Amino acid sequence: MAERKPVFQFAYRRSPDQDRREPVRHRVIIVGAGPVGLSLAIDLAQRGVAVLLLDDADRIGEGSRGICYAKRTLEIWDRLGVGAPMAEKGVTWRRGKVFQGSDLLYEFDLLPEGGHKRPAFINLQQYHVENLLVGRAASLPGVELRWRNKVTDVTDIAGGVELAIATPDGPYALRADWVIACDGANSTLRRRLGIAFAGETFADQFLIADVKMHADLPTERRFWFDPPFHEGRSALMHRQPEDVWRIDLQLGPKADAEREKAPERVRPRLAAMLGHDEFDLEWVSVYRFQCRRIESFFHGRVVFCGDSAHQLSPFGARGANSGVQDAENLAWKLALVLAKGAPQSLLASYDLERGQAADDNIRHSTRSTDFIAPHSAQEARLRDATLALARHADFAKRMVNSGRLSSASVYDTPLSTPDTERWQGGVPPGAAMQDAMLRRGGERLYLTEIVAPRFTLLYVQNGAIPFVPASVDIVQISATDRDPSVLHDEQGQFAARYDATPGSAYLLRPDGHVAARFRHASEAGIEAALSRACAKS
Amino acid sequence: MPLDTASRFADPDAAYRLIVDAHRGLADEESRRLDAALVLLLANQIGDLEVLREALALSREAIAPAKAKAEP
Ligand SMILES: Cc1cc2nc3c(=O)[nH]c(=O)nc-3n(C[C@H](O)[C@H](O)[C@H](O)COP(=O)(O)OP(=O)(O)OC[C@H]3O[C@@H](n4cnc5c(N)ncnc54)[C@H](O)[C@@H]3O)c2cc1C
Repeated sequence: MAERKPVFQFAYRRSPDQDRREPVRHRVIIVGAGPVGLSLAIDLAQRGVAVLLLDDADRIGEGSRGICYAKRTLEIWDRLGVGAPMAEKGVTWRRGKVFQGSDLLYEFDLLPEGGHKRPAFINLQQYHVENLLVGRAASLPGVELRWRNKVTDVTDIAGGVELAIATPDGPYALRADWVIACDGANSTLRRRLGIAFAGETFADQFLIADVKMHADLPTERRFWFDPPFHEGRSALMHRQPEDVWRIDLQLGPKADAEREKAPERVRPRLAAMLGHDEFDLEWVSVYRFQCRRIESFFHGRVVFCGDSAHQLSPFGARGANSGVQDAENLAWKLALVLAKGAPQSLLASYDLERGQAADDNIRHSTRSTDFIAPHSAQEARLRDATLALARHADFAKRMVNSGRLSSASVYDTPLSTPDTERWQGGVPPGAAMQDAMLRRGGERLYLTEIVAPRFTLLYVQNGAIPFVPASVDIVQISATDRDPSVLHDEQGQFAARYDATPGSAYLLRPDGHVAARFRHASEAGIEAALSRACAKS
Repeated sequence: MPLDTASRFADPDAAYRLIVDAHRGLADEESRRLDAALVLLLANQIGDLEVLREALALSREAIAPAKAKAEP
């Protein structure tokens, strides 16, 4: 099983760049066609920035990696033109169950309300995710994808970067104004630049198995502390499409990884859990998880994005989900700076905002991993006491931590205009837009479908429309259906989720995060907020 | 709300006794588990991270071996 068979195969093609004596200079080169590099390439190309995407492989191989993709990620992929095929191919879920021993401790529901286009989560094998993204990237004239182009070295040059690249036809060099390192947790660029990747490696090991079988189980996340089939440790189970199930079994710190991967060891463990052995092993690996990040996401003209910048333990499904949010945060800023629509200092907010997100993700996934695998005997006693109390007391249920699942980041950022008026909840500056179901004429529409990836003013009708600069779209919403060209907040979802009253306006950034909100929008107020969101003031 | 270290029980001896009695007859391991559960319950009752932080800091300070006074 050690040999990874290709699930999807692509072809290396020689580029004319390889025949030039002088290295050809590109505007933007992205290194790494994983979920993050691909999402970024599509986003930049859609924004009119042509990109060259290099990947060291020519295939997407089998193996167990990401499976859970969050609502926010799907909303981003919707804008990139791949949300629908992902949602169609994936299995949808929103409920989780946590067991202790053989008893159900509690259940949770990640999206208990309606009016959202996308579900709380889908599960989908990472190779399907990558393949759908490759298909989309290949359909865009602005993306050139070069397989079997392995970046081996990186050098700073005046106003840019030079890359050394190995190919089946031998080495060549390229230059770029900007290089985005999306080359994963073992990033070559990070290593060649000598950038530290500091953090924690957890002692416990986990067996990750993908199992093919027919099972009549609900599509939900199921987690066990100390189950009868795997005493003293934890277990996690998720459904994937095509009758594949993901099972994680905690093995402890001392397990012999090679021995544990052997089918004669794995099958009895899984059979004990499933109560039968009518399954095929698709893939088995043993992981020791880490939480690490680089200090700054920038090194001159090299920008780090995704796992190359931060690595997370998988409890909470924060890895790819946060990497895709990195990509969308960077894409509009870089595109705007390259189009001279904003000063280069706008990019500093990428480091700030996604650095905050990385810290937040590391904090959450470290807490979960420590709860699942306590460091000391007393930590284990505290954890066990929490589980024991959870059967009697609600507060303890809320302390039980089997993974806090990825949600949209909220930024504490100078791009936001702080509130000066009174809001009862709603979506505060820095937070991502909330979906809502609206109606236009006979048509039902979701807000996330209507808002384009540009600066947008959501405006609740009340007399004259506020004047906005040409770079801002206006989406008008009304509590009534009097004007058929205006979106009708038929069920009051927009009003409730945005604490919106007639005249209220939200200025959204191109990544859908709130830049500013106004009870009564004025031209001057909108302009000031817009220039702040572009780091112009 | 800072940590209140003034005596708050009308009968402190009774409060102390109650805790001691809960541990009577328990093996060391059981006692530690009891303490763990009690700490979590009382922490939730306090419901204030600042107070909890101060309480933890003072507890750590109190159990630290007394440092020999540095010679002037
Ligand atoms: C067991 C497990 C479960 C997980 N579950 C989830 C989950 O449920 N949800 C979730 O969101 N995340 C999950 N993750 C994390 C997720 O897999 C990663 O966060 C994600 O793959 C990161 O994407 P990336 O594009 O940054 O890097 P990668 O996916 O690592 O992609 C890097 C790409 O760069 C290429 N590359 C590397 N070096 C070079 C080079 N020198 N030159 C050219 N190309 C290069 C590689 O071939 C690869 O294509 C899980 C991870 C594991 C291990």
